[in-house]
Amino acid sequence: MCAKPKVVVAMSGGVDSSLTAALLVREGYDVIGVTMRLSDDSRDFNVDEDRGCCSLADVDDARRVADTIGIPHYVMNFRDMFQKTVINYFIDEYAKGRTPNPCIACNRYVKFEGLLQRSLELGAEFVATGHYARIESDEHTGRYLLRKGTDATKDQSYALYHLNQKTLHHFMMPLGNYTKVETRKMATDFNLSVANKPDSQEICFVPNDDYKAYLEDKVPQALKAGNIVDLAGNILGKHKGVPLYTIGQRKGLGIAAKNPLYVVGLDMGKNQVIVGSNEEVFAKELIATDLNWITIDALKEPMKVSAKIRYGAREGEALITPIAEGMVKVTFNEVQRAITPGQSVVFYDGDTVVGGGSIVRAIHKK
Amino acid sequence: MKRIYFDHAATTPTDKTIANTMLEYMTTKFGNPSSVHSFGREVRKEVSEARENIAALINANANEIFFTSGGSESDNFALKGIAFANKNKGNHIITTQIEHHAILHTCQWLEKQGFEVTYLPVDEDGMISLDELKAAITDKTILISIMFANNEVGTIEPIKEIGAIAKEHGIYFHTDAVQAVANVEIDVQDMNIDLLSLSGHKFYGPKGIGAIYIRRGVKIQAVQLGGAQERNMRAGTENVPAIVGLGMSAVIAKRDFVEKNAHLVALRDKLIKGIQEQIPDIKLNGHPTKRLPGNVNFSFRYIEGESLLLSLDMKGIAASSGSACTSGSLDPSHVLLAMGLIHEIAHGSLRISLGRDNTEEDIAYTLEVLPQIIARLRSMSPLCAENSLGVTAKECKTCYKK
Repeated sequence: MCAKPKVVVAMSGGVDSSLTAALLVREGYDVIGVTMRLSDDSRDFNVDEDRGCCSLADVDDARRVADTIGIPHYVMNFRDMFQKTVINYFIDEYAKGRTPNPCIACNRYVKFEGLLQRSLELGAEFVATGHYARIESDEHTGRYLLRKGTDATKDQSYALYHLNQKTLHHFMMPLGNYTKVETRKMATDFNLSVANKPDSQEICFVPNDDYKAYLEDKVPQALKAGNIVDLAGNILGKHKGVPLYTIGQRKGLGIAAKNPLYVVGLDMGKNQVIVGSNEEVFAKELIATDLNWITIDALKEPMKVSAKIRYGAREGEALITPIAEGMVKVTFNEVQRAITPGQSVVFYDGDTVVGGGSIVRAIHKK
Repeated sequence: MKRIYFDHAATTPTDKTIANTMLEYMTTKFGNPSSVHSFGREVRKEVSEARENIAALINANANEIFFTSGGSESDNFALKGIAFANKNKGNHIITTQIEHHAILHTCQWLEKQGFEVTYLPVDEDGMISLDELKAAITDKTILISIMFANNEVGTIEPIKEIGAIAKEHGIYFHTDAVQAVANVEIDVQDMNIDLLSLSGHKFYGPKGIGAIYIRRGVKIQAVQLGGAQERNMRAGTENVPAIVGLGMSAVIAKRDFVEKNAHLVALRDKLIKGIQEQIPDIKLNGHPTKRLPGNVNFSFRYIEGESLLLSLDMKGIAASSGSACTSGSLDPSHVLLAMGLIHEIAHGSLRISLGRDNTEEDIAYTLEVLPQIIARLRSMSPLCAENSLGVTAKECKTCYKK
């Protein structure tokens, strides 16, 4: 009799990862549940403070599910790694006038590197997560492919574009074939206590989703008041700190103008928030770096793709062109609103992720 | 699969005789000892007897023993009770950096209430310095609280000498003896101990019961208020079944003391020697000789302690890495950090705490399994430059401080 492969399931205590574990148990895998401890324990004798994505309550939820489906469950401490690769990155990026995506950083460094390493140490062959995306292998090229989840409203492939061939080999995402509605239905059928638990929201380590208050608390030195200027450099008003503004923002600028003004650029060097017309929030081209390719080894020549510039954005037809080592130019057919440095741009061929990178800047027509 | 329990510092199995006797005190002899009728009277006697047996284990008087829910409550009671009852005399408390969290967090809370706390450092073996203790004493010092033996590395502190210093300065001396009771000779008279915390489930008694010894004449105020139980010192209906169980575990501890500890020391030394002989790049944590009879604590270079523990668990070996936190995840041990180990090494530690039911075979099995696990983990370790960079000449980034 051959032994079933051992799989570590990253269990956050939510319905998606809980169902993932239950499905793999049903498939006959030797499943181990692991909850990653990411945020700081509240030592302030205040129960309310320990919330967010990996609170003690979530650990308890994951444990209950593990007990229900009869698998061992462990908690692993990734707090140091999370602090370094996610929280510090988040703060540093804002301090540079860029807009970070901490969930992508968490996936990349903590889940897909850290957890994989620790799972392999335990003798597991695979790691499974509750992401809505599909990992398949291409029979022709022998490469692993990352495809969108079948539930278009839940697809999470955008946040997974950095997966490489080794990681793709080790990871399983069984929910990619289901819709969220089906997930909840199956979780109910499995009698999982978390079947109706609400989805987690926003950034898990930022209290009340108030990133501005968080930055004021953590990096007050990066928040220096300065000028709001137009594209010609004329001073129009005062800002309270560049990191507190986002590209495309209209409200809260405190400037009376004939036509509505929008944030079109953030310049930490000059400590300026740059504003312009609605039209000037749009651009057709951008430069991206820190690239990862899944369907190909590297981009040698221009390629037609459909590209997405943030998690919630709609894809646009685009041509990607290599312009330097590790750098591409993305030229869209249609203008895109609020291309934001620091966010990721992800390239698709149909429902398959070609690759992606981090946005350096938009190229505005002069 | 064979299962071996190596986590007796976390908790011990309740002795079967004790558990069976306790059942009787839940079903037939269930009375409330405060009641005047016969149901109350028949258990009141048993509670007094348990008190005497605990007193006998540490050479105290029965009227100096007060039952609590366990070690944490006893520690809270000692610190808060002494601090608030003596604040007209002073506001300074001396403790150590390697105490259990029941002491450390209570001290931090007291600091918020306006008390001042000195946290004494320890040397590389986890031992405090008597000179540093003396130097820390001020005319405001009202309490010295130093653990008898450390729960993680097993180091036994110089309690008698500390007691003498405290007495000489007229300062109260409390010791958290949760790990030491039944494993080390304790004599509160000879050692000048004024207050002592102990916990039932660490020496084959039930969970949820403990006691505090308070020397007669010590000025302390109650923390838990309500009824007049425990002579007004700790309100709440007595947990009679557990009190009876605790009394019995004290009797057994006294009766089997020499034999049990000789057994533990033999197994401990065999395990330490075996690990030292078979596994390179390790460090024995804690004092080489002044250590608890059942404590083995090693750091393994290049190893993530959590992976080691989980791998051992998969082989049926239940060990630990210092103190378990609420979530079950592991923090780098504050004890090992205080002893001067760097962060990464403190992460890679393993505590094996032996108990009376462990056997030579358990040790042999461990010495067979552990080296294999360590070798496998090291072969995969990203902590080791050798693996991550594919070169052998480079010195590993993760090294001991010394």
